[in-house]
Amino acid sequence: MSLDAARERPSSSFLYNPQIRGLFWQAVLIIIVGFLGYEAVINAATNMRARGIPTDFSFWDRVASFDINLTLISYSATSTYGRAFLVGLLNTLLVAVIGVVFATVLGFFIGIARLSKNFVVAKLASFYVEIMRNTPLLLQLLFIYNAVLKPLPNPRDSISFGAGFYLNNRGLVMPDPQFAPGAGFILAAGLAGIVGSILYKIYAKRRQAQTGEILPVARVSAALILLPPLMAYFLAGQPVSFEMPFLRGFNFVGGVRVLPEFVALVLGLSIYTAAFIAEIVRAGILAVSHGQTEAAQSLGLSRSQTLKLVIIPQAQRVIVPPLTNQFLALTKNSSLAVFIGYPDLVQVFAGTVLNQTGAAVQVIAITMAVYLVISLITAFIMNLYNRRMALVER
Amino acid sequence: MKAIAATFLAATSLALMTQGASAQAGSKTLDLIKQKGSLTCGTNTGLAGFGLPDDKGNWTGLDVDLCRGIASAIFNDPTKVKYIPLSAKDRFTALQSGEIDVLARNGTWTQSREAELGLLWVGVNYYDGQGFLVRKKLNIASALELNGASVCVQQGTTTELNMSDFFRTKGMKYEAVAFADINEAVKAYDSGRCDAYTTDASGLYGSRLKLVNPDEHIVLPEIISKEPLGPAVRQGDDQWFNLVKWTHYAMINAEELGVTKANVDDMLKSPNPEIKRLLGVEGDFGKGLGLSKDWAYRIIKHVGNYGEAFNRNVGEGSPLKIKRGLNALWSAGGIQYAPPVR
Repeated sequence: MSLDAARERPSSSFLYNPQIRGLFWQAVLIIIVGFLGYEAVINAATNMRARGIPTDFSFWDRVASFDINLTLISYSATSTYGRAFLVGLLNTLLVAVIGVVFATVLGFFIGIARLSKNFVVAKLASFYVEIMRNTPLLLQLLFIYNAVLKPLPNPRDSISFGAGFYLNNRGLVMPDPQFAPGAGFILAAGLAGIVGSILYKIYAKRRQAQTGEILPVARVSAALILLPPLMAYFLAGQPVSFEMPFLRGFNFVGGVRVLPEFVALVLGLSIYTAAFIAEIVRAGILAVSHGQTEAAQSLGLSRSQTLKLVIIPQAQRVIVPPLTNQFLALTKNSSLAVFIGYPDLVQVFAGTVLNQTGAAVQVIAITMAVYLVISLITAFIMNLYNRRMALVER
Repeated sequence: MKAIAATFLAATSLALMTQGASAQAGSKTLDLIKQKGSLTCGTNTGLAGFGLPDDKGNWTGLDVDLCRGIASAIFNDPTKVKYIPLSAKDRFTALQSGEIDVLARNGTWTQSREAELGLLWVGVNYYDGQGFLVRKKLNIASALELNGASVCVQQGTTTELNMSDFFRTKGMKYEAVAFADINEAVKAYDSGRCDAYTTDASGLYGSRLKLVNPDEHIVLPEIISKEPLGPAVRQGDDQWFNLVKWTHYAMINAEELGVTKANVDDMLKSPNPEIKRLLGVEGDFGKGLGLSKDWAYRIIKHVGNYGEAFNRNVGEGSPLKIKRGLNALWSAGGIQYAPPVR
């Protein structure tokens, strides 16, 4: 076919071939952009070398000699800058993951509340959305940190919740679980319970399809998930003990502590992002035509069943793509941590490490690459999910 | 986001502006400043005694006076300075990238900052050491009793590193709560987030004034480090390095010779050859610096000598009331010493 087409075309110079011309100009553009990029890198490197500023990554293995107050992996002042990078990265991921979960849950509730027939609930929800969406995030973070968390009492006057839980201006102190051998059984029992509950749900669905009988899935699942680990705990001779925090000197010793900076950041990010998610959820639900609701109700479904089985599954198709954007925004916004002293990637790595090593260009390049990779991975996962949700055209 | 944007900007400007900077290596920072019509000076974001805008928005402080001195020497006008407030972690990038001409921001002179950051310290305008500020009601008398304490600190400082060394060598535990901005760090300490706040001793006195109840806090006696604070410039422009260095030395020499802001005009008639050389009555010592021969006269006329600047900003004439101590002239028991103008 294509051969015939070529033969039919009047023979002329390949210079006049639009396809070749197109390729030529694209190649020229790529060469220009590539050259500019290359020049910028070489120029910066030459100038940096001329002033004795490091241009390599040898700082990575040098001793950091500064401390970080939240480390998910072992770290001390004698660890390397590379280790400090990992600590910062994990702290960023911790905030991002927890923030995304909170923001999504909160956002869904607020979004549904905005559509409520109850006037007060709907107005409160839209009040929340308008306030949160229309004030700067940094301001909200500083407000939560300075006005809400810092007025808490000092450790000596901690608010005690009993059972080893204390709240003060150093954070929330909790008992630290210690796992003795045998604790693995509890985990195994828990996993078995989860698998069991999933199987039960599948069974219940089939049963309902066949006989119309509705089984108590929620109650049975709860029992299946909670009881086996509890039994394993006692059968294995109570292998989990708790290290209780106690007040000594300036602060509590022992136990685990949730930093106020962490709480402020997670709260601030999820409250802010939830307002946007709420609007996305509301838009998604409104996008499902009202006929669907009427049809569901005429089939005899209750309001909550209509929402759960008919509206939300269809709304999800509209919701997921913009939701991805919000997840990415939350992750990137977590870099505002610097302003409230939470040791995230930007604070630790693009802050202290950059300043101590002087390797500004390298450090910023790495930091940007990391955010890029986190965002691309998030987008990839959300796209996979979206593909599953999307309308399958037959 | 904002912080990333700022640092990214700094990094890009570093990458891009280095081109401009390398072109100027042959010409001079001084020529560029004359072209611009003002000196660009990196200062603290707000530290009483060193760099702080007053209620009329005029910058004051020991470091600021050095900038005013340089501007006086170049333009015969101390107001021709553009101040760029910088946080501790951004300051060196700003100097490297050419955003500022001189960094007068109570920066500690260390080996690695000269060997690895491409900077040069011109001298020491304040000999300092790191200390701790705590609440009186904690009832502690020594930094050795700080085991287990939470300590607020500004990140990207030698302070952050010294503190780590100090607690490690003493076998004590602590929690470092690091903030990008000095004001946030002080505020966090004031609100009780930390048991102690640490920075250079001079900074502690300055920061204490900003607390809600300054009298409820004391500075612990231990000084855990050497902190020679001084202005820094980029490497690669020796003439500019010299100019900043001799502005600093001219102020010290003037104090030693008894030349003050008030008597500098009378001193023009002094028979003392050292004073004659300093004020440009005899010889021309400004030429080699790219300045007129009355360069030092201008500095003293507009800003005063080192002792006056010290007294006005951090000493007895200021709310800080810091004693001269190490910062007295060598002839008065201190270690401030300037080579002669000759």
